[in-house]
Order: sequence, then structure tokens, then C-alpha cells
Amino acid sequence: MTSYLSVRDLVVHFPTIDGIVKATDGLSYEVERGKTLGIVGESGSGKSVSSSAILGLHRGTNAKVSGEILLDGDDLLQLNDEQMRQHRGSDVAMIFQDPLSAMHPYYTVGNQIAEAYLVHNRVGKKAARARAIEMLDRVGIPQPDRRVDDYPHQFSGGMRQRAMIAMGLINNPGLLIADEPTTALDVTVQAQILDLLQDLQREFNSAIIIITHDLGVVAEMADDVLVMYAGRAVEYGPCKEILTHPEMPYTWGLLSSVPDLSADTNAKLIPIRGNPPSLLSPPPGCAFNPRCDHRDKVPGDLCTTQVPDLTTARSGGNHVKRCHLANPDEVYATEVLPEIAPDLAKETP
Amino acid sequence: MSELAHAATQLDVTAPPILTVQDLQMYFPVKYHGIFQRTIGHVQAVDGVSFEVPKGGSLGLVGESGCGKSTTGRLITRLYEPTDGEINFDGRNIAHLSQRELLPLRREIQMIFQDPATSLNPRHTVGAIVAAPLLIHKVVPKNKVLPRVQELLEVVGLNPEHYNRYPHEFSGGQRQRIGIARSLTLQPKLLVADEPVSALDVSIQAQVINLLQDVQREFGIGFLFIAHDLAIVRHFCPEIAVMYLGKIVEIADRETLYNHPHHPYTQALLSAVPDVKQAAIGGRRERIRLEGDVPSPINPPSGCRFRTRCSMAQEICSKVEPPLLQVGSRHKVACHFPGELGQAPQRPVTTAICGVDDQGNAVSGATADIQLNAPGYDTTWLDLKTGQRTGA
Repeated sequence: MTSYLSVRDLVVHFPTIDGIVKATDGLSYEVERGKTLGIVGESGSGKSVSSSAILGLHRGTNAKVSGEILLDGDDLLQLNDEQMRQHRGSDVAMIFQDPLSAMHPYYTVGNQIAEAYLVHNRVGKKAARARAIEMLDRVGIPQPDRRVDDYPHQFSGGMRQRAMIAMGLINNPGLLIADEPTTALDVTVQAQILDLLQDLQREFNSAIIIITHDLGVVAEMADDVLVMYAGRAVEYGPCKEILTHPEMPYTWGLLSSVPDLSADTNAKLIPIRGNPPSLLSPPPGCAFNPRCDHRDKVPGDLCTTQVPDLTTARSGGNHVKRCHLANPDEVYATEVLPEIAPDLAKETP
Repeated sequence: MSELAHAATQLDVTAPPILTVQDLQMYFPVKYHGIFQRTIGHVQAVDGVSFEVPKGGSLGLVGESGCGKSTTGRLITRLYEPTDGEINFDGRNIAHLSQRELLPLRREIQMIFQDPATSLNPRHTVGAIVAAPLLIHKVVPKNKVLPRVQELLEVVGLNPEHYNRYPHEFSGGQRQRIGIARSLTLQPKLLVADEPVSALDVSIQAQVINLLQDVQREFGIGFLFIAHDLAIVRHFCPEIAVMYLGKIVEIADRETLYNHPHHPYTQALLSAVPDVKQAAIGGRRERIRLEGDVPSPINPPSGCRFRTRCSMAQEICSKVEPPLLQVGSRHKVACHFPGELGQAPQRPVTTAICGVDDQGNAVSGATADIQLNAPGYDTTWLDLKTGQRTGA
């Protein structure tokens, strides 16, 4: 395997007095340099937990983490804390959802950006400050030499997120994890930030993992998509493939429950029934079965007794899905698509 | 939930307005933090906004954070008293009523808040929360309160047996349903929904939107639907107003606003929305980049407030504020150069109306000739192709 990041069978369990919370249960994926992986799912599906495991953020907690996280060949889970510290912030960096709470309100933005550079490089404070100004300029903050001494509250939401990106990219990391980077932002600012991330990715050739619940963001940014449900991957493959030929009813549900700008306004929004399952006691069999509308098409009680394996989708290639349905592609084309996008269904007979 | 078709309300041009807002203005004073607390400026949160909400219909209000859309909603529910302007609800100006006079009005206008976790009292049971309006307004005798509460819980798709549970025992989507049940208790004529689904997960958003459409249909409630998600507003509202820095820049029916936007801000806003289905079929719209941030509402730009970020801005834009000009049977736009993307006129179309020349300098003797900031629509409008006033 030559992928820059390869996660294999990642398990993150949190023992609690009520039982084990299986936040992530056997997750595998890969990201190449210069490529973007989008991870989508509802809150509590394990998207953020699995990604913070890459940064070793569960160390020192009572979480049980197992599996392999290979970054450029090194297994991050085998490293000791000091070795992990060397990687964190230099090879792997993270951008958080809410930049106001991710930044320290008592330190200037410049200080916080320079810190990551000082820690990982043998440079003086002056050089670090110069580098911070350079990065602020790179992420499009006007008058960076003046704004570097501002405090986070003096920045607007979009500028704070830019500063977070500057902080994340200051050491040229090979892997950037963006956890809901634009959820707290307005659409026009979101567009600016997404453009910026794409430009910087081209420049630094980083691998990016973008965690989001917005399929629109994934559609614009990602090369590959991983759909998570109740701690497991339920569908994984090239972005275009998954958006055009999804083969897992949960992905169908995600697609049908968001309106978009070009849809027929008389088309119905079809929500996914019920609520996401508890990770303490997920339903037996396929975790999605209590909310699935297509369970009756699977013979017997397979859905409620057996967890489906990740198998190659009917469309083939690298597209895998976790579902017992024998002919998901036909069900999608004949039953789901005509309901959610009558216009598209007509175009692709 | 019932399997009835959840459909958006259609635009009914003949419906009389339940709410008419004219020249609404809200200035929040900015105080100097010293001994005398003198006022050193004003945040012009809402500055001269006019619109109508039809009876049983819905108007969407979109814009970025800080554009004044939430303030507008709070003015209409009279959580704030406006600085100036009229709020005509059911034919009566409620802009400056006293708290006592407002009490009966609270029955008619209700609000749904964005965050269901913070808008429900954690120490009250759901039954108490939903029953409170009934008890305050003494709508039903005390022994009928519980049955009514249970009926309402059922309407919004909750188990009526759960009336003695506390909000924390419910999920986010269910809590939002409780908020909706509370707003429905007094059978309001107008609901102000301030970002009702943006705190919810995607799969739950659709459930709540469908519920709102069902209750609107069933009870004939007028909606002022405030949101920043353009796709959801498009799905819910047959008519939409776009706000920028306290002003309405464009207002039109859904079809016109989303397919033929004439204001550069609306165009930029629409192009910034990532679209799943567009990307899925391989097409990607060209994005219009808006540089910088929204200017401060304490000291907004002169003339057109959008000009500092507009690619078409010219001299006139900094001198003269563009009026909200009607350019179609149900389409108004506030721009000197209105037009579809790439088809903006070379010369400003507003010179005659504003009484200025092409550079925005006042022409002696000319005066503005029509009442421009009226809510609703005229029977005649300026045809942009011919430059003449036409009618239907």
C-alpha cells in the first residue's frame, strides 16, 4: 500500500458505567497526498471521534483505541506520547468547527499561529512571527503585519477560520483534518474558505479529510466519500460514483432529505424516519434497519440478525457498501430517484 | 406521521396580507462606556424594510448573519420596539403598542426559535411548557388543559403520554417539535420561524420542514420564515426577500429569484451554495467570489450598501442609494444596474426616478416621482428591456 494515510480496522470504544459506547467500530479508509476524503454522517455517527484518533487526541482518556493508523508507513497508534507530539501539528494538523472556541482568547492570533512553528522548528521568535505573518497573508487576511497582533475576538468569523487554517498549515502538514470547517459560517464565507482550502491543497499537495454533514460541501471538495452510520462505514467510494449511484438506503435518505437549488419545488422532502441509534446498544443486525424503508426487500430476517459486510457495489470499482439488498442499483433507479429528483430520473433512463 | 403529501404552499396573489410592514427601522444605540453613557453611534440593524406576508402564505427572509433578518423577526413579534416604521397586523399598527395592549396580540403572533435546547425551560415538563400559553391567556378551562396539550403533542408527532417528561429527555428534533407545539397552542395567525431547522441534523431537518408545511396547511397560518439556508427557503416559501446590511436588496417570487436574480448580491449568494445534484451530474456553476466581509452596520457605506463588495459598482453607487424598484409583476430589486448575470445594463436605470445623472449628481428641477418603498406590488413596473413602464 502506498497511500499516505491508511486507517485499518480502527476501533474507538469508550467504557462507561452504562456499558461500552462503540463510537467507531472497525473503520478502514485511505487518503493519498493531494486528494480529499469527505466523511459524512449525522451527529454521533463517529466522524469526529475517528479523526481525532489520528491525532492521538484520545490518549490520556479512558478510550480503548485499536487497529492501525499508518501515516507514511508509521503506525501512529504504536508511538509513545513524545513521538506522537512530534507528528501532531507538523505532519498532521486539524481545523476545528468553531474557531472562536478553538482559539485562546488571551493570546494574540499571531502568537497562537507562531507557537506551532516554534515547537516544531529550531527558529527564534522573530522568524516564527515572520512566518505567521506570511501565513496570514497566504490565507488572505488583509494587512497581515497589523492583524497579527490582534486577539481572536477582533477577527470576524470568516477571518478566524482563515487564521485557524493558517495555524494548521504553518508546518506544511501532509495531512489536514478539517472537522466541519464551514458549518458555523455563512454561505459566501463558506465558498471563500472552500476555495482557499482547494488552492492551498494544490500548493502544498496535502491530503485532506473533510468531515461534514453537508453533502453539497462534499460534492464540491471531495475525491472520495465515506458515509458513516453508528460508528461504521456504510458506503465508501469515489465521490461522483456515490452521489450518482448510491447503493445504501442511508445514503439515499441523506440525498432525499436535503432540498437543493435546482430541484422541482413540488418534489417532496423525504426525511429518514426516526432518530439515530444509541451507540451504547445499537440495534442488532444492520444498525440502520429500524429506519430503513427497504427492509422488506431482503428475504428472511437477515437485516435484523446479521451485520452486512462491506462488499463491492454493483457498479464495481472501488465503490463498497454495507447492505443486504441484492439489487440496490435497480431499487435506487426505479423507486428512489423518481421520488427525489424526477427531473434527473427522466434524463437517465 | 401521516403519509399525506407534504407540499409547500403555492403563491396566492389574491390572498390579502395578514402582515404589512412599512419602512421598518431599528437602530440600537452604541453607548460610550464612561460615566455619562453617551450614545456614540447606532447599529442600523434594520433600516427601512417593507414587505407583506399573505394570509396563510409564507415569505422567506434570507441573508448572511448580521443582515438584520432576526431583528426583523423580533420586531414583528414585538420583542423589540421599532425605532420607526409601521407594522400592520390584521389592519392594525402594532409598532408602538404598550405591553398591556400587546397581550391579546401575543395569541395571534407566535415565534419558533432556532435552538430548541435553550428555548425550552429545562426545569419545566413538556406539559407545563405547552400548557403555559393556555393558562396565561385562559383559553380553556383548567380541566381541559391537559387534553388540549396532549392533542397538540399528537399534532406535532410526539407521544401524548410524554407530557410529564423534561426537555432533556428528548432529542433535538423532538425538542423542536415541542417548540412548534407551544407556538401552535393559541392558534396563531402568524408564525415567525427564526432558523427553525438550522440546529438540527440533515435527516431531522426534513421531518421538521414537513411538519411545518402540514401545520401551515391545516391551520392556515402565515409564516415569516427566516433562514440562511437558501435551499430550504426555496423549498418552503413561494416568495422570498433577500436582505443585506439591514435592507431588502431583492424580493420576488421563488421562480424569479432563484432562476433570474437581478441583484449582484443575490447572484453571489446563490452561486456560493454548494449543490449536490449539480455536482452529481458533473456540472458545476461558476462561483462569484465576494471579497472581504460585510461592512459594519454602525457606519454602513454611503449610497448602495453592497457597493464595497460589488464588481459592478460605479460612481453613482456611492452617491445615491438605489431604490427598491419594481421590475416585474412580482419582482423588486434595489440596484442601479439590475440585470441577470452578465446582462447588466451599461447605464444606470434609476436616474430618472432618483432625479440624478449617470454619475449620481443631482439634476436641478428633477425629483423622485413615485412612492418606492411601499410594501406589496404595483400593477405597473419598469420593463428593463424597453425602459418603459408596463403593466400586466
